[in-house]
Amino acid sequence: METRPDLPEPRRGLSRRGLLKGFGATLGLAAFAKAIAPLTEWAPTVSLDEFLQKHYLELSPVDLEIILRRLERETREQYGTDVTIADHRAPAGVKFGYALNLSICNGCRRCAEACHLENNHDRPSHQSYIRVFEMQKGSLDLEKGNVHYDHPVPQPDKFYLPVQCQQCERPPCVEVCPVEATWKEPDGIVVVDYNWCIGCRYCQAACPYHARRFNWTKPQIPATEINPDQSYLSNRIRPQGTMEKCHFCLHRTRNGRLPACLEACPTGARVFGNLLDPDSEIRQVLAHKRVFVLKEELGLRPQFFYFFDV
Amino acid sequence: MNTAPAIGQPTTTPAGHWRNYFRFLARVAWESFDGNWTFYVWMTVLTAVALVGANAWAVQVRDGLALTHMNDHVSWGLYIANFTFLVGLAAGGVMMVIPAYLYHDEEMHHVVIIGELLAIAAIVMCLMFVVADLGRPDRFWHLLPGLGRFNFPVSMLTWDVIVLNVYLLLNLHICGYLLYMRFLGRPANPRWYVPFVFVSIVWAISIHTVTAFLYCGLGGRPFWNTALLAPRFLASAFVSGPAFIIVAIHVIRRVVGGDFASGPVRTLVNIMRVTILINLLMVVSEVFTEFYTGGAHTSSARYLYFGLHGHNALVPWIWTSLAMTVAAAALLLRPGVTGHPVLLISACALAFAGIWIEKGMGLIVPGFVPSTLHEMVEYQPSLIEWKITAGIWAVGLMIYTLALKVAMNVFPPAGAQTPLGVPAASWPRSPVSVADGR
Repeated sequence: METRPDLPEPRRGLSRRGLLKGFGATLGLAAFAKAIAPLTEWAPTVSLDEFLQKHYLELSPVDLEIILRRLERETREQYGTDVTIADHRAPAGVKFGYALNLSICNGCRRCAEACHLENNHDRPSHQSYIRVFEMQKGSLDLEKGNVHYDHPVPQPDKFYLPVQCQQCERPPCVEVCPVEATWKEPDGIVVVDYNWCIGCRYCQAACPYHARRFNWTKPQIPATEINPDQSYLSNRIRPQGTMEKCHFCLHRTRNGRLPACLEACPTGARVFGNLLDPDSEIRQVLAHKRVFVLKEELGLRPQFFYFFDV
Repeated sequence: MNTAPAIGQPTTTPAGHWRNYFRFLARVAWESFDGNWTFYVWMTVLTAVALVGANAWAVQVRDGLALTHMNDHVSWGLYIANFTFLVGLAAGGVMMVIPAYLYHDEEMHHVVIIGELLAIAAIVMCLMFVVADLGRPDRFWHLLPGLGRFNFPVSMLTWDVIVLNVYLLLNLHICGYLLYMRFLGRPANPRWYVPFVFVSIVWAISIHTVTAFLYCGLGGRPFWNTALLAPRFLASAFVSGPAFIIVAIHVIRRVVGGDFASGPVRTLVNIMRVTILINLLMVVSEVFTEFYTGGAHTSSARYLYFGLHGHNALVPWIWTSLAMTVAAAALLLRPGVTGHPVLLISACALAFAGIWIEKGMGLIVPGFVPSTLHEMVEYQPSLIEWKITAGIWAVGLMIYTLALKVAMNVFPPAGAQTPLGVPAASWPRSPVSVADGR
């Protein structure tokens, strides 16, 4: 039986040429295998269970339970410490809002530091969801702001503007996500399923408040510094290559506690509460202070408010 | 000699069809590994570069995108820059399809596959650049409709996934069908490809429009948030696409030793003469609006063209790009440029490089500088980004080389009417030969 009936007329030296080609192809394949070998060092860090895991909103309670225990086990294996990863759901009848008094914020950046510790951020990059801008008095122009100030605060001619996720009512980051890995919860908090995010960073491009952070590499935290009180949608240690953002410390706030940044604030500039409760402090602020939101013209309706009281 | 049915003999049984098709694929594979010394050297060099890129990508997946110079401020860089440019290159091939099919330019018909194959290679590169940019390529399946959660129609990225993949399939079908029919020695049935060609014309416009909408739909990025973005994308695509094709035609002429497609080259030059001026006009329009108005919204443009607060990493890039585009326009407008291969190739190379910078680094990076909170963080690609980028370009050029080689060599033209093996007789003819701009 003829094996290649339709190939061109056999040429002179075809067998030698064929041999050389076979040799070349083998060499090429070997080189390719060698080139992508680093993938074999990476593959074991992604378990099959993680690879096949469904979207958070599609998980049954049993699935979720299994996943939480697996994540705890993986944290112990990779970071050497015992943690509890819970699943805090949005309470009914609650819509969280945050207000910040710019008249008394003194720019000490303890909120940013508290966020860094509470949320198990990468230590070498000193990551935090909060950036504090030192602003020129008399202007709200961020172009004149400076985030890298390094001198005693407060300076007399400055005021300080901490910025974190504004938890927009119409969040552009949620709209652009191609895989619905980020969404707005019933209590108003925009969350990320770190196990669903594909790391395209479109949300980071869409956010006008620089609220999103990407895990450019695997977060590094010494075992002794890890906050063991964790939640699936908030401060558990994020995987490499995924997006994260401020979640109003939902592992605390959904338990009736206050966000870590608020507790750390020495001036009392921060007000957190339920926007649906007419007697809450934040409602008092919204009703009686001169309140504004950042970049109101974009129409995203932030749930993070700023006010001056003098 | 052999027992198999002769090629081209009509086969009616399904088994016969499959046999023929596998024979076709085997022939394509055979042709892909056979050639003269120039071919081997060229392919070996491309393979080496591709391997360097593959290795760099594997390391990047293992250690994270921290190996790039992207950061939380400039979160897209060289990969998305190349992606954007290549969508344009893929769309640019349509500038051969439109004269060939809408204006019945016979001569263009014979070589139109050069543009269609370019679309295939460019889209494959686009998809590779997107994958290279993903933090979690292993979760790619989350994007698959049905399996994952496809945020359609809200996310423009899902639109882009759809239009790019459909455009790839359209061109694969058109080219694959025509080559297969040529392999069988049968006339191509217009019913099986002409409708797809017309869809692909609309689709080519859509891929670059949707890609522009990715950026211009972001209200928080004033530099991109302009209605002019999609028209500018198209205008520049219709410069870079024809520029690349003209160079490709010249290379093919050198390889096959013939002198063909001078009519199509003239048509492409005429197209470029218009599109390059439209592109420059849009640049002027945009620059005027930005700089005459002033204010905070224009800080990205100020950063791009003149530097801002002492940061000026992109200034040399954009002025190089502008100079190249203006020089290319001047060369192209020179009467009789088609008769001077050196001038023509230089003009095409200048236009191509100029638009690569403008649509790439000149478009993506300034969108992030200054950041949305007006922090100044600059970006220059890291070595690993250059390696992966070079690797993907090498793979793209390999695909294009092989596709052209298959189109030219495997199927020796029976009627010998065209150098690309697509018999003119099998193409639909128009009753009137419409002038192609000559």
